[in-house]
Amino acid sequence: MPYLELHDLTRRFGARAGLFELSLSLERGQILALLGPSGSGKTTTLRLLGGFEQPDSGQVVVDGEDVTRLRPEQRRFGMVFQHYALFPHLDVGANVAFGLESRGVARGEVARRVADSLALVDLTGFERRPVGGLSGGQQQRVALARALAPEPRVLLLDEPLSNLDPSLRERTRRELRALIRRIGITTVMVTHEQDDAFDLGDVVAVLKDGHLEQAGTPEALYRAPATAFVAGFIGRGSWLDGRVSGADAGITQVRIERAEWSFRASPASRLGEAVRVLVRPEGLVFGPEGTAGLAGTVTDRRFAGATAHFRVTTTQGNVIEVSAPAEAAVVGAAVTLVPQDSPADAQQLAHCFRAGPE
Amino acid sequence: MTGESAAPADRAGRLTSRIPRGLLPLALWALLFWLIAWPLLLVAAESIRGPAGLTFGYFERLFLEPREWQALWASLWTSVASVVLAAVLGIPLAFLFERTEFPGRRIIGALVALPAVLPPLVGVIAFLFLYGETGFVARLVQAVLGLENPPWRLEGAYAILLVHAYSMYVYFYLLTRAGLATLDHAAIEAAQSLGAGRWRTLTRVTLPLLAPSLRGAALLTFMTALASFSAPYLFGGGFRVMTTQIVFTRLNGDYGLAMAQTVMLSLLALTGLALAREGVQTVARAGGKGIAPAPSLIASPGWRLAATAGGWALGLLLLLPHLTLLLLSFVPVGTWTIETIPPAYTWRNYLTLFAEPERLRPLVNSLWMAALATVAAVGVSLLAGQMVIQRARGSASIEGLLALPWLVPGTVFAVALATAFNVHAPWAGRIVLVGTLWILPLAYLIRNLPIASRAILAGFRGLDPALAEASAGLGSGPWRTFRRVTLPLLRPALAAGATLAFVTALGDFVTSIILYTYDTRPLSLEILSSLRQGDIGVAAAYGVLLMLLSGLVFALGSEKKVVTR
Repeated sequence: MPYLELHDLTRRFGARAGLFELSLSLERGQILALLGPSGSGKTTTLRLLGGFEQPDSGQVVVDGEDVTRLRPEQRRFGMVFQHYALFPHLDVGANVAFGLESRGVARGEVARRVADSLALVDLTGFERRPVGGLSGGQQQRVALARALAPEPRVLLLDEPLSNLDPSLRERTRRELRALIRRIGITTVMVTHEQDDAFDLGDVVAVLKDGHLEQAGTPEALYRAPATAFVAGFIGRGSWLDGRVSGADAGITQVRIERAEWSFRASPASRLGEAVRVLVRPEGLVFGPEGTAGLAGTVTDRRFAGATAHFRVTTTQGNVIEVSAPAEAAVVGAAVTLVPQDSPADAQQLAHCFRAGPE
Repeated sequence: MTGESAAPADRAGRLTSRIPRGLLPLALWALLFWLIAWPLLLVAAESIRGPAGLTFGYFERLFLEPREWQALWASLWTSVASVVLAAVLGIPLAFLFERTEFPGRRIIGALVALPAVLPPLVGVIAFLFLYGETGFVARLVQAVLGLENPPWRLEGAYAILLVHAYSMYVYFYLLTRAGLATLDHAAIEAAQSLGAGRWRTLTRVTLPLLAPSLRGAALLTFMTALASFSAPYLFGGGFRVMTTQIVFTRLNGDYGLAMAQTVMLSLLALTGLALAREGVQTVARAGGKGIAPAPSLIASPGWRLAATAGGWALGLLLLLPHLTLLLLSFVPVGTWTIETIPPAYTWRNYLTLFAEPERLRPLVNSLWMAALATVAAVGVSLLAGQMVIQRARGSASIEGLLALPWLVPGTVFAVALATAFNVHAPWAGRIVLVGTLWILPLAYLIRNLPIASRAILAGFRGLDPALAEASAGLGSGPWRTFRRVTLPLLRPALAAGATLAFVTALGDFVTSIILYTYDTRPLSLEILSSLRQGDIGVAAAYGVLLMLLSGLVFALGSEKKVVTR
């Protein structure tokens, strides 16, 4: 049985905005990453989970208990706010003790658990420090210790890495993952950074305009995006317009510029139907001259060690990103692009979607 | 998020409400409406109620009788003139203290701002002792020139303007300094590197950048001058402005006319405000992100000496009235007659204050009434702050009501309260409070509300809403969150609001003179009566006491350090 369940959660703000019928479930100890652009409803979801917002309909169930109507202080969820929301008038120890005192933990016990929580985030002995004097990373760890001290059922993280320097981000992400795994706490985090979601999330849920686009493991999202939005939002790639030119035995032929690619999985099958194709940078190779492919010119090349990132402008004006061995081409060279394999989505590095309004 | 505009309203509202939503805001709104708007509406109604139904006769008289329209005109032009004079004095002073470094700059710079926090009445009587016909300066001139009579009488429009300029320059001084301190110095350097000279930089860059501050100061000065009562009352002589005219009309028993005058004065104030509204709004946002340069040491020794001398001289000149007051408080009754400088000094005046129960009474009165009004104003502001921060329904009009007593001159409010609470008609929201112990604390409370609530609401707005949520998320109910998180974080704002409110109530004269009873007479009225009886020393001692108390309260209020960061 899943530990945390969201059933048809809906929260409307005005006519269009909000969150609509979100259903997700999470096993005990798993990390769910809510990923999406701003306005997608991911923060709303987190706030609904924390009880800071009430859904218009739907339920939040933890360990079989419906907590939807519980106020935040009754839920026993721990939240780390985006800007940490440390109490500026209290020192580090008092901040961490706050939740324990709210729940009436005995005084000696409080001190012990504060120390334990601070040890957990590697801030042993920081009890009497004012929170104002801490670095951004330390503040985040205090916020984490404060949220974890009362031993919440679920940990909520709002953009946990967005306020950190890039240099610190990577390390903090690793530490955060290790910590959550060690405690084994069920966690929901919000992020707009794909790297964070992939690195931390056991399950990644991609949201757009208040609707769930797809939920799954990072691999599933990358390899088998359910929608054009997910395909484009996750990872890099170039979009190309095409038209169905033939369908036969589960293989769909798609004409792109002068080339013809075949796809195994294609939602469109009507002849002449417009489709959009996303191709990953590593899904294309430079074909031998004269092969049937997308003809173009290398307009840019960024060296990146073993490979280089090429930018190819096709004769019809499409701009395509290609990752290839560094010596594969030089700027200005005329090249022909062909898929790694056939069908083009054999290695799940190209995806075909029905064109038209999403 | 796209839902941001709609989200926060509900977000906060949902957090606290076990009590039916909207009930508490409604109750607060009703209370404020009853105390603030209702009396004003009653005044408006009275102003058009004749013996036989609706009449515009009182307003007709207002415009037709020369005495009346002259007072109206006098209020208007003295207020505008006060703005000009205060600007001429305050702005250069601000530049001097903000932009040049000289010995004693800090201390004098702070002292010069003092009149802002002292009760106007204290300033006015101090002025009387210094520049009045029997004051120091007059005596000095008389002695030097060997005149038989005092060389001038401090009376009429020019006396009022002198006092106004002398006390209201502070608004220009403080706001200009604040503007200069937050001015982005890079803009000035850019102008200089583009070849602009000192004068051109000043007129084309610095002053335009300061415009929001200056507009704010002008508005503040205009409103204060329009509402000014102490100076016209004591120095006006035959020259009447609206505030004094209202009081005299009431004294003559011409109540209908007094109501019309009151309405007129409010309209004048609200018009002034409406015209300058834009200015106020920008003032709130004024101040760039730039780093102000340190005050520059003037290189040329001659100029440096001049700046030092000028700074000290100006500072001394501006503080002279209060120093005079201090000196006179030590002069025994009846000993200073024709000498230029008082011949004898004593502690007696102060001892009298504390020894005679009837002398001590006004002090005690002022203290308890101001304290009560302050506590109530802070309480109401806290409630209002909660509503505003939760964007409860009607919180905008609660804010409007709270600001109203500042927008309308004190005289108007006093008259409105005197009108509303002198009959027993509970169904009309009117009970008899005039003549009781409670009318003055109530008046002080109403006058305090804008002062306290402005500071406290600003405090609430500065709170990060995530802090209350964090507290709730950690298991604290609304009450514990308020006690453990909101209240401690609001402490600086509470201290500031309470301090200002208390000092204002302590020195109140405008509303007191209309509403006091003998038993509740406050300090300001006792000063006035001592003055009338010729007890100059005692009046001065009261004045000094008022200054000391105000100073003490401010020291206590600002001592509580901001704990954040």
